[in-house]
Amino acid sequence: MAAKIQQAPRTLTATRSPHRERVRRCRNRSEHAWAYLMIAPVTIGLGLFYLWPIVQTFYYSFTQSGPFGGHQWIGAANYRALAHDSSVTQSALNTVFYTVLQLAGIPLAVFVAALLNQRGLRGRSVYRVIYFLPVVTMPVAAAMVWRWMYQGDNGIINHLLSGFGIAGPHWVSDPSTAMYALAAVGIWMAFGTNLVIFLAGLQGIPAEYYEAAKVDGASATRTFFRITVPMLTPSIFFATVLTVINSLQLFDLVYMMMGTPSDATGQSNPAMPHVQTIASLFYEKAFIEHDTGFGAAVAFVLVAFILLVTVVQFRLQKKWVHYA
Amino acid sequence: MPDLASSRRPRSGERGRLIATHTVLIVGGLVMLGPFVWELLTSLKPFGETTQNPPTILPHHWQLSNYSKVFQSLPFGRQFLNTVVMTVGRTLAQLVFCSMAGYAFARMRFRGANVLFGLFLSVLMVPGLLFLIPQYVLLERLGWLNTMQGLIVPGMFSAFGVFLLRQVFMAMPYETEEAARIDGANPFQIFWRIMLPLARPGLAALAILSALSAWNDLMFPLVVTTDPNKMTLSAGLATLQGEHFTDYSVLMAGALMATAPMIVVFLVLQKQFVQGIAFTGSKG
Repeated sequence: MAAKIQQAPRTLTATRSPHRERVRRCRNRSEHAWAYLMIAPVTIGLGLFYLWPIVQTFYYSFTQSGPFGGHQWIGAANYRALAHDSSVTQSALNTVFYTVLQLAGIPLAVFVAALLNQRGLRGRSVYRVIYFLPVVTMPVAAAMVWRWMYQGDNGIINHLLSGFGIAGPHWVSDPSTAMYALAAVGIWMAFGTNLVIFLAGLQGIPAEYYEAAKVDGASATRTFFRITVPMLTPSIFFATVLTVINSLQLFDLVYMMMGTPSDATGQSNPAMPHVQTIASLFYEKAFIEHDTGFGAAVAFVLVAFILLVTVVQFRLQKKWVHYA
Repeated sequence: MPDLASSRRPRSGERGRLIATHTVLIVGGLVMLGPFVWELLTSLKPFGETTQNPPTILPHHWQLSNYSKVFQSLPFGRQFLNTVVMTVGRTLAQLVFCSMAGYAFARMRFRGANVLFGLFLSVLMVPGLLFLIPQYVLLERLGWLNTMQGLIVPGMFSAFGVFLLRQVFMAMPYETEEAARIDGANPFQIFWRIMLPLARPGLAALAILSALSAWNDLMFPLVVTTDPNKMTLSAGLATLQGEHFTDYSVLMAGALMATAPMIVVFLVLQKQFVQGIAFTGSKG
């Protein structure tokens, strides 16, 4: 659409008059200068702090940091080392598992969005504020609160569970529950974002579809699955891509919920091997152990993951996303 | 199920459905709000009540001393100021730089535009981890570790911002621009006086997303600052957890104070926040 609008005036101004042509060329030249001036700050900033660093990180991944801060070329040794390092494989598996668990938040958010979108519902904006609150909460602070609620001995969650006669585990230090505990916090934090995306998507569904369904006597459940969900698939696809990209980069929750003062990265937590993500492994290798080369190689594992998953998602999209 | 033939039955059916809806939404709302309530209650309790089993729900002794303890163990005021300056600095710079570049990419033709834009998109697609080691090395070389400029400058540029505002400018009609051009305005004047004010919803969306990510970011400030006086609140809270590892009443007081400003801003600018997120959402 936008491209079409953009083309139209250009064909109009491109007249055959030689004078006009000269004026236009002159304007073009000054427009060039203006354009370069206007993109200069971003180009320099992105180049210096983002683009060139990609190249540098790639280079570092083939080096070992020397004792005096230099970098020594060691070929693909870091990549060979990480292929045989069980902590890398394990953290890659953990990251994927966390991401899959995060996807469970999406159908939940679709359901709540559909509930909120019902005609005649009061207090919609109050609910929206409440569900959105965790999105604007600092993840570090949220992680601290949840860690406290997950406390094994006097945490509120186990206290509430004991009311039902259930003895809750030490959620974040028990290897069998730690990942689920973190994933629940992740879903809680992202819920509002997904909800708002779906609410916006619901606005785009023509009311006639629902009226037609009503005339046909379709049940609420049937309407939801036959109209709401299919019409919402572009939003669901977008939320899925967003969730996957964010989840694959999880760091804050692991850092804040697994460590202790004497052990900031949580290596002595028995559950850590089951929760360590690629990003937290990267931080530990690059900035705690100062093994820059290995850390850089770990970062590229994540790049490969994200590219792969994104390509797969866009391929699969054709099978289930309906664009109206 | 509602039947169109009778006018009374659908109404009662609808009421039943609304009550069920409210029940589900309230239960969900309690899950969303619960942690905030527990955070607040804990922050008002003496240490003893947090270690007691079973825990007290409401504090037996209400007290505010946990809040002053946060100020004793952290230069909280300083870190608060650092976070505000960093957030505002990054956000303003992004608005100016990204809107200029976004406009240029959307409406001006210049050599290399496609290549540059492709490069910017590649920044958008790779994870943030990829920039961190070289950024640290560069900031160290510039002597910018533990400085405000070290915290602010790398975050002043955003590939996402350029992309977002380019989309916004591309969707605008051409007529106003053409009129100004005939009146002899140069491209920058056209951009600044005419197009920028029209881009307000897009600018608001970028400002909100940029401010949120600056306020909440953890790994970057953790890497760039080691001096507590130079830290942002997120890195500061991480050190607070290190010092008061088991004293949850102090930790909750700190967490609440670090979160509150953004929540207040959100409550004031609710509509913009929700629209901003949904706007960038629907653009996908």
